[in-house]
Amino acid sequence: MPLTDQLRDDILASVPSLRAFAISLSGNGDRADDLVQETLLRALANIDSFQPGSNLPAWLFTILRNLFRSDYRKRRREVEDAEGSYAKTLKTQPAQSAHLEFEEFRAALDKLPQDQREALILVGASGFSYEDAAAICGCAVGTIKSRVNRARSKLSALLYVDGAEDFGPDETVRAVIGGSG
Amino acid sequence: MKEAKKQGGLNAEIQSRIGHQLRAMYDDVVRQGVPDRFVDLIRRLDVPEGSPQLGNAGEKNDGGE
Repeated sequence: MPLTDQLRDDILASVPSLRAFAISLSGNGDRADDLVQETLLRALANIDSFQPGSNLPAWLFTILRNLFRSDYRKRRREVEDAEGSYAKTLKTQPAQSAHLEFEEFRAALDKLPQDQREALILVGASGFSYEDAAAICGCAVGTIKSRVNRARSKLSALLYVDGAEDFGPDETVRAVIGGSG
Repeated sequence: MKEAKKQGGLNAEIQSRIGHQLRAMYDDVVRQGVPDRFVDLIRRLDVPEGSPQLGNAGEKNDGGE
């Protein structure tokens, strides 16, 4: 369909969640915004192939996801580096416990296999149905469900079982552990 | 295919914490709104047909008469 004002507004309205998706996938703000930009350019260039009345956010997310995956394959090594520097950036910030917890969460999310991470984000954060998430990822609904479940188990293992010590010498924890004065 | 029921040892509280953190991380970005660069981008590309400005996308425009 042609790029009407309405459609343009709708695309713009999707930008905040596209950015959130891109940052969740890549863990890197600058790269995420480049990814969003590329997504918008591609969407606008191919706007004729968008079916009026179909799910615009899902269409845009599909484009972004595919761009990310082709990009990811190209830059696997850089990604590892980016994750490292992202973590470093976070560590320079004040280590309030809420922030620390966020950092742990972010790190755990980055450890998930790509397939599981994107499925979890689409369903658990973007609020897509399993059906929409399956369409975005180009796989069966059952596959998405099992990826989401595996992602959840793995996160809970990383954060609350295996990774328990990684929470570190948090003041509260210390107080509780050594608190019999 | 395995059934999704198999939540096994995953305790509900942990799951709700994970869900909460995931959404908190995500919504934090959503709340930042639309950065100017994207508003500009959409505006810039939203030009009348026939204008040579469509540039960046490198796309053949089939609209012209």
